[in-house]
Amino acid sequence: MSKEEIHHPTAKQYFRIAMVLSVITAIEVAIFYLEFLGYWMVPILVVLSTGKFALVAMYYMHLRYDHKLFTYLFVSGVVLATVVIFAIISLFSFGIGRW
Amino acid sequence: MSTDVHNNNTHEDHDYTTTGLNHRKMLMWAFLGSDCMFFGALIATYLVYQGKSLVGPYPIDVFDIPVTSVSTFVLLMSSMSMVLAYAALTQNKINGFRIWMASTAIMGATFIGFQVYEFSSFSTFHVDIESCAEQKVKYGKFDDYEAELCSNAKEDHVETHDGLKPQTNLFGTTFYTLTGFHGAHVTLGIVWILSLLFLSYKKGMITPERHLDVDLAALYWHFVDVVWIVIFTVIYLFGVFPFPGS
Amino acid sequence: MSSLPIPVPNIKISRPVNPTGIWSWITTVDHKRIGIMYGITAFILFLSGGIEATIMRLQLAGPELDIVSAAIYNQLFTMHGTTMIFLAIMPLSAAFFNYLIPLQIGARDVAFPRLNAFSYWTFLGGALMLKLSWIGGATDAGWFGYAPLTSIDQNPGKGIDFWILSLQILGVASLGSAFNFIVTIINLRAPGMTWMRLPLFTWMSFITAILLVLAFPVITVALIELTFDRYFAFNFFNVANGGSVVLWQHLFWVFGHPEVYILILPAMGIVSEVLPVFSRKPLFGYATVVLAGAIIAFMGWMVWSHHMFTVGLGPVANTVFTITTMLIAVPTGIKMFNWIGTIWGGSLKLNTPMLFSLGFIAMFLIGGLSGVMHAVSAHDAQQQDTYFVPAHIHYVLFGGAIMAILSGIYFWFPKFSGKMYSEREGKLHFWLMMIGQNVTFFPMHFVGLDGMPRRIYTYAEGMGWDLWNAVATAGVFILIAGFLVMINNLGRHWRNGPTATNDPWDARTLEWSISSPPPHYNFEEIPVVRSLDDWWETKYGTHEKAVPVSGSSDDAHNSDIHMPQPSYWPAVTSLGLFVGGYGIVFNDLLFPYLFAGIGLLITVIGVYAWSLEPVNDPE
Ligand code: HEM
Ligand SMILES: [Cu+2]
Repeated sequence: MSKEEIHHPTAKQYFRIAMVLSVITAIEVAIFYLEFLGYWMVPILVVLSTGKFALVAMYYMHLRYDHKLFTYLFVSGVVLATVVIFAIISLFSFGIGRW
Repeated sequence: MSTDVHNNNTHEDHDYTTTGLNHRKMLMWAFLGSDCMFFGALIATYLVYQGKSLVGPYPIDVFDIPVTSVSTFVLLMSSMSMVLAYAALTQNKINGFRIWMASTAIMGATFIGFQVYEFSSFSTFHVDIESCAEQKVKYGKFDDYEAELCSNAKEDHVETHDGLKPQTNLFGTTFYTLTGFHGAHVTLGIVWILSLLFLSYKKGMITPERHLDVDLAALYWHFVDVVWIVIFTVIYLFGVFPFPGS
Repeated sequence: MSSLPIPVPNIKISRPVNPTGIWSWITTVDHKRIGIMYGITAFILFLSGGIEATIMRLQLAGPELDIVSAAIYNQLFTMHGTTMIFLAIMPLSAAFFNYLIPLQIGARDVAFPRLNAFSYWTFLGGALMLKLSWIGGATDAGWFGYAPLTSIDQNPGKGIDFWILSLQILGVASLGSAFNFIVTIINLRAPGMTWMRLPLFTWMSFITAILLVLAFPVITVALIELTFDRYFAFNFFNVANGGSVVLWQHLFWVFGHPEVYILILPAMGIVSEVLPVFSRKPLFGYATVVLAGAIIAFMGWMVWSHHMFTVGLGPVANTVFTITTMLIAVPTGIKMFNWIGTIWGGSLKLNTPMLFSLGFIAMFLIGGLSGVMHAVSAHDAQQQDTYFVPAHIHYVLFGGAIMAILSGIYFWFPKFSGKMYSEREGKLHFWLMMIGQNVTFFPMHFVGLDGMPRRIYTYAEGMGWDLWNAVATAGVFILIAGFLVMINNLGRHWRNGPTATNDPWDARTLEWSISSPPPHYNFEEIPVVRSLDDWWETKYGTHEKAVPVSGSSDDAHNSDIHMPQPSYWPAVTSLGLFVGGYGIVFNDLLFPYLFAGIGLLITVIGVYAWSLEPVNDPE
């Protein structure tokens, strides 16, 4: 086994991460019901779910402990997909998009 | 990780590699990057059509956030279970491995069960103006939802909304396609996990030295999980939220 | 694809063993054989696309001709475009990827030999499916299949269904090979083959593969949406229920523009290999060329709406995409200067490959210039959907991609055939090509600016388009003559040409250090790379001459080289996709989706058997 593997989280840490993920999910749902937040809900939820995404990718998928290359391969897809989504949405929100 | 553990003549596994990284694992990551674009295109379609349906039911009519929160939780837990299966295998606890794999598959199946329930309840969703009061119970805190539902129904010049089918409106079309493809990914993952579980009863097929086979399935499974994290927020939670300009 | 080394006894079917004969080709996992199969298949498909084009040109030779009906004409241009892009240029590039990349990086095979075989067979299945759709009416909505031309109401025949499913199958093939080459290039470089020593062709192929894995999922989704609209009455592109046909255009071009770079980057790679060899100078500004390629790939994502300038996206979008499109011409221009810098002051040898590469530079330059004209959105309003766009396309794809591919075919012909072609006939081919393509495609600029729309099956007399259309049609026959010369030249010499030496061009990269054709294990000893253009340095540089690893073809002393064994399963898995594709198109045969199910079953069996089969049987 290579050296990095020694640093892999233990079962207990995996469990703790699962707890964090559950709590964030609970918070998300709670925030959803906080009507007074109005549009502030959007950035808050984006931050929270990005956090969840990152936790799973870094720890459960071991990106944190693996070679950077894997991160590059994956993150390029994530980033590009995000950018394309935003670009298409904005192209549709003016000009012909307002149909 | 471990390129050193592969014992024998699987050319793909043991040979010299420039980076020291395993071929198959690299393939998996490239695939996941690519699959992001797949879901990205589906999500883009969903968002472009958000609020563009000509008739109801609309997200606000059918979404049941508490139920979906539970299924989201189940899928998150299945990810934990998967990572524990992998950890058990690397420590040569083959029984622990089997238990965690089985529990992952069961939780995955539960998630699919929720999805089937959700699809069938959406497709039989029924509201008429008189029963709007009932909906109030469901969305207790949103006082004006009731009013909105009724006005939606009026706007569409219908007395009733009968079921959200993919053909009903743009919401149905995009929603079922997006979540359906996610469900298909989960189903494939379950088949994969069960195959590995089954193989672990064949001698020498699933061993700590060959943890990569499980690692790849795990990566796939977690990926499906993170996609759901995005879908849950963007489709469900934002789904009932009016966007500027939508 | 997980592969488990220990065979499961009850599943195992004995492995294919024949070293020759048809089964050896069906089961082969040798990247060189797969490369040759790709090349020959794609070349035949290229000719089929050429026949379609010829018929179109005949129909347009004069006004109001009646050689084919409007309906057939629509099918012709759609099939021509789809064929040339997906069945000719992409797989011809794939042929080069397959044959050359392992040789250039000093590897014995690709990272996933069976996946490689799978890609080829899947490609073949998709190609057959598309071309066979001529029987009963092919697709006729243009290669970009704009909604609502593809909707079930407008287009109830099976042509569109065949188009959709064959593109999906071809997508699987392309994705499979792109993943394979990404991993191969990252992971199977010989010791010392650092990124900045990587041959340029391999570099451009790597960038192409990355573009491919990111772009293809988008068209996959678009096609899935279209399928659901057609088969299950979904609303994606159904305007009556609020859908937008513009969404199809966005999704298509988000894929489509990176796709044009998928077509041209390998060609740029080939040219960047050929020019230094025949100029006897290193490539001018290697790092710049690599970087420009990467920038092109990156910026290729930011320009797609230049295909939609006349849709009415509004002034903001049109301005943004005008600017980005103009900017992307900059890295393209940088490459031009690098190529010219490479030739500058070199001692040029004007062999056939070099001529084709020089032709590429000239023709691609013209195509790039008309591209920049398109890029001005105000100006493009005059050009969109006129013959000016086909003029652009053909200067970049015929004058660009095809010229470079021909250059590559002549350049590496000695390597893969072990024979020399006739230089005289090669040059004749080149001149016929240069004259033919300019006679054919340049007039399209004129009729285009004169307002002749593209995709019309005929035109009235007195529009002023007669002369140039007649000229364009005449040019086609020059091109046909050129290709006949080529087929004769290469076909004849492949069988009994003079034997080629290992390194007939005095070239620079590793593939020339081994015998022609290379032994099936490529390198007897994996080379150690010490510089860019290592083989050149080995011959003329300061390296002590330790490395020449010309493999001999007798296997006596290399029994310890383990090559992956042949396998049935890639072909079986592909067969499943092919059957499944037909099963979806003819989903009402006997029982709903019966054959789709059978196809799925075959695929599943193939995948399991493949996963459980070790790459090599234990000895
Ligand atoms: C200098 C760089 C280039 C620029 C600025 C450019 C710009 C454009 C623009 C603005 C259009 C849209 C024209 C219209 O429909 O009115 C276009 C079409 C097209 N370009 Fe380019 N282009 C460039 C290079 C290339 C290359 C390298 C290729 C392929 C190898 C290519 C292939 C195509 C194709 C296939 C179309 C037409 C698609 C269709 O309508 O069927 N272009 N180009
Ligand atoms: Cu473009």
